[in-house]
Amino acid sequence: MTTDIQNLKSFDPFAEAEDSVGDQKTASQNYIHIRIQQRNGRKTLTTVQGLPKKFDQKKILKVIKKKFACNGTVVTDTEMGEVIQLQGDQRKDVQEFLTDKKEGLGLDAKTIKVHGF
Amino acid sequence: MAEAAERKPRKSVQFEDSTIIVDSDGQVTEGGAMNGEKDSAASHATGDDKEVEEMTDMFAGLAKKKKKKPKAEGEDAEDVLSGLKKKKKSKKPKAETDDFDAQLAAVAGEAEEKEAPAEEEVEEGDMFKGTGVWQHDSTTVIPYNMLLNRFFTLLHSQHPDLASSGSKSYKIPPPQCLREGNKKTIFANISEICKRMKRTDEHVTQFLFAELGTSGSVDGSKRLVIKGRFQQKQIENVLRRYIVEYVTCKTCRSPDSELTKGENRLSFVTCNSCGSRRSVSAIKTGFSAQVGKRRRMQK
Repeated sequence: MTTDIQNLKSFDPFAEAEDSVGDQKTASQNYIHIRIQQRNGRKTLTTVQGLPKKFDQKKILKVIKKKFACNGTVVTDTEMGEVIQLQGDQRKDVQEFLTDKKEGLGLDAKTIKVHGF
Repeated sequence: MAEAAERKPRKSVQFEDSTIIVDSDGQVTEGGAMNGEKDSAASHATGDDKEVEEMTDMFAGLAKKKKKKPKAEGEDAEDVLSGLKKKKKSKKPKAETDDFDAQLAAVAGEAEEKEAPAEEEVEEGDMFKGTGVWQHDSTTVIPYNMLLNRFFTLLHSQHPDLASSGSKSYKIPPPQCLREGNKKTIFANISEICKRMKRTDEHVTQFLFAELGTSGSVDGSKRLVIKGRFQQKQIENVLRRYIVEYVTCKTCRSPDSELTKGENRLSFVTCNSCGSRRSVSAIKTGFSAQVGKRRRMQK
């Protein structure tokens, strides 16, 4: 009996109320956007935006740079927060890295949006 | 409804051939049809599943999707762009005609095996002239098989488009991309495509720019000039994503829908065929890095 209801209990409408305000903001912007941008010639730039705050961007960047053999930086944007910028088209790699449970971050694939052509 | 009814017989026709040839009984024909229906139903189910998978894949935005698309989805948003459609179309009718030939032969063979020689004489081609069994005042019972055969032959000759694909496919002319100079791409037929999708040019343009991470302008003859080099395929890809996100109805998959701006800045897609309504997020341009030093100087 109690085990059945425990599911329901975990969602306490009043307790969540305060959190949900903060949650909503993150929930609506929870998507991780992976974008691509064209540079001169056939060069491209990949940006990863909206990574969860719990991860240290610099450390992630360090791993990514090593793994994909590319350079990159962390750019702090006034609106978007910290954005990882990578050289070259790393969209697929990054996506795999983010979802990989073993060596990556193990994020849910649904929270990732890949943009671009 | 209509498509299901249409499709079943087509598949059951295929199955019928084999069963008839094996058994060659008067009643077996119906049994064969039943089997065929079942089989077709099963295959339908799996097909749907595949489609769903494909769709989810699409949402995930996997890079693989390009290859997968043309095969499995067939009926909906995927082959929206008619360029892909060609392959399918050319294949289908051929296979069907083959089937029909085979079936014709099988039916003829079967008729021979049966006792009625009169039927077999008139079997081929005469259904149009109206001789033999097909004679207007003839009272002989026409077997179900032959009636079915006639139905499909007529359907093929009179309305090939009806027979070829069960559901109306949603076709959009492929985007025409020209290169202007070295760094700009002209998307020539954007207004035509937008008209087909019943969306405003601005909305589509906005989406394109947001997805491609560039900017651009509209030139004198309503063509879109996009900064950066893009190939037709890439534009096609983005358009496809646009259609999935902003055009197709999630409930009935019909592309016949309208985009309206409701109260408090929310946009809704209203389906014209099933009447469902869903909200869609506004197009947002994300972070765009500054490319080149000169750009920074301008700002």
